[in-house]
Amino acid sequence: MIILRDVTRVYATGGMAVRALAGVNLEIDRGEFVAVMGRSGSGKSTLMNIIGLLDRPTTGEYLLAGRDVERFTEDVRSRLRGAAFGFVFQSYNLLPRMTALEQVELPLIYQRAQDRRRRAAEALVRVGMQHRIAHLPNELSGGEQQRVAIARSLAVNPLMLLADEPTGALDTATGGEIMRLFTELVEERGVAVVLVTHETEVATYARRTIRMRDGKIIEDSGKSGGPPARAPAGASGH
Amino acid sequence: MSLIDAFRVTLRAIFANRLRSVLTSLGVVIGVSSVIALVAVAQGTQQGVTDRIRGLGTGLIFVESSAAATTSQTGGPAGLVQSTLVASDAAAIAADAIPGVIAVAAHAAVDTQLVAGANNVGATVVSTSSEYGEVRDLDVRSGSFITPAHDEEGSMVAVLGARAAETLYPGADPVGQQVRLSFAGGRLTLAFVVVGVLEEQGGAGEADDQAFIPLTSIANRLRFLYTPAGDLRVTQIDVRAADGVDEDRVKEEISELLLFRHETTEPDFVIQSQDDLISAATEVSNTLSILLGSIAGISLLVGGIGVMNIMLVSVAERAREIGIRRAVGATSRDIVTQFVTEALTLSLFGGVVGIALGTGASLAVDGRAVGGQELAVLIQPWSIAAAFLVAAGVGLAAGSYPAYRAATIDPIAALRNE
Ligand SMILES: Nc1ncnc2c1ncn2[C@@H]1O[C@H](COP(=O)(O)OP(=O)(O)OP(=O)(O)O)[C@@H](O)[C@H]1O
Ligand SMILES: [Mg+2]
Repeated sequence: MIILRDVTRVYATGGMAVRALAGVNLEIDRGEFVAVMGRSGSGKSTLMNIIGLLDRPTTGEYLLAGRDVERFTEDVRSRLRGAAFGFVFQSYNLLPRMTALEQVELPLIYQRAQDRRRRAAEALVRVGMQHRIAHLPNELSGGEQQRVAIARSLAVNPLMLLADEPTGALDTATGGEIMRLFTELVEERGVAVVLVTHETEVATYARRTIRMRDGKIIEDSGKSGGPPARAPAGASGH
Repeated sequence: MSLIDAFRVTLRAIFANRLRSVLTSLGVVIGVSSVIALVAVAQGTQQGVTDRIRGLGTGLIFVESSAAATTSQTGGPAGLVQSTLVASDAAAIAADAIPGVIAVAAHAAVDTQLVAGANNVGATVVSTSSEYGEVRDLDVRSGSFITPAHDEEGSMVAVLGARAAETLYPGADPVGQQVRLSFAGGRLTLAFVVVGVLEEQGGAGEADDQAFIPLTSIANRLRFLYTPAGDLRVTQIDVRAADGVDEDRVKEEISELLLFRHETTEPDFVIQSQDDLISAATEVSNTLSILLGSIAGISLLVGGIGVMNIMLVSVAERAREIGIRRAVGATSRDIVTQFVTEALTLSLFGGVVGIALGTGASLAVDGRAVGGQELAVLIQPWSIAAAFLVAAGVGLAAGSYPAYRAATIDPIAALRNE
């Protein structure tokens, strides 16, 4: 679904050029669950931003469904960003003063979607948050906030979920729940999930692991990276 | 994002910062309400002047001595002494058979104090002739107006305007009573017999507060009112023309006659029809409207700057929100729409409240005396429409730059900032 060829991203800061990405080649298809690992500053977030159309490569080629994204206008990029991708951040990034339902409606508003209420409610049901529909972010626990954020990214039925350390602020049990949710999305809906994490246990949920260093991919377990890692037997299921 | 959704976001943001929003709108409220109130006063004043001129009936032409016109409005003694206009000019105009001229009356107005028993009132005394009643279309309620016989004999008689009569003789018929006229701050007091009281004119009618005496009566006491040639000086001659007469023709013929009589080529008089006076008054008050409107407009500008300032603060505060919205699919145009809608709502809210306040304030001061002058207001629909449009314009102008700033915020940087 996405193909990156020799993608670089150079930040020019105060006369000094920082190569956040130094030639990345990567291909990810529908239904893949990819973990991206690497030391701090290795370019993981930069890669996620470029894949999610929040940022543009300095050089190199990015094909989305076979089409060069550089050819898209800014408006098309914005629309695609909302329709094809779902972002999940470590810090949830919910809007204050908005109920859970309104948070999930937000991307649908920008898609000018019909039936926003129902679709948002459905997305909340999918993450098991139907009982907190009218809650504000400060009335929710960290895990609950993250599940609302995931519901928000699912509301538009994205092709790919981009999760940048989604469990970084959560305890292991809550983190495990989020990971099982991702696994479910991958297996039942064919969503591609790209997950940045520092924790090896979290990475084991993914079927494919990519390691980065200094803006380069130094290791890729590949698409046929063995059987999907499943959650420990005791914690799986509902 | 649809406009309805943008408006929802706006309402949420405004309600989240209620006090700040109200204070922001206040600048626009003050600007809009002062534009409306000041324009209403200026327009009301014009309406008052126009009504007063129209109240004189139609077809009046005024010939005023240049000397009197430049000294004082009511024609104080100074203007009168220098006036080159004389009573026989009026007679000549009447005798010249200018087509369309119905009646001619010369007069001089003097400020006096009227005294009757214990009552007194300041009034403008119009020294004129019997024709004045016809020229000015004055109706007599009791007694009669000045008669040709009074003119002839220089009788010490006076006709009172309705309000002056009521003040001096409350509830009584003053005809036959004595009234004393005190000129020049009390240096000269003369006794007159009231021979008539005018019908109340009401509204803008100036005759209600005036008294009328024969020119000849006072001239017998004040010899300086005579020219060396034995003519009576006046400050103004009023000419009534018939309906449908070409007033410009009449003005021209009067002018030629007076130039001939005064043996000059440079007019020492000014001839104006009612329409001339109305358009002069309109011009003055339009200038006043524009002047007052622009002073108030400056406060509207200040209000707009306030809106812009708060919008810039709001954009800076909500950088993260903007980043999130961009990440979930908002185009930069969506962000512009959101912030322009917010600025527009703030200033239109201020505009609506300002219109209500300005209209209310205008109605509240209507008819009140301020500095001895009764304020008249006239709220013009166009001033409300203009204030509303300007408020909208202020909102657009004040919102555009902050919205542009919001739209160019780098979503990645905004999301990274915790
Ligand atoms: N806006 C920027 N301007 C300049 N340099 C930047 C900018 N954003 C990122 N960088 C640099 O690019 C490099 C990669 O940053 P990136 O955020 O992708 O790292 P990361 O792998 O996500 O790290 P972490 O695990 O700490 O989140 C870093 O060295 C960082 O300093
Ligand atoms: Mg990062």
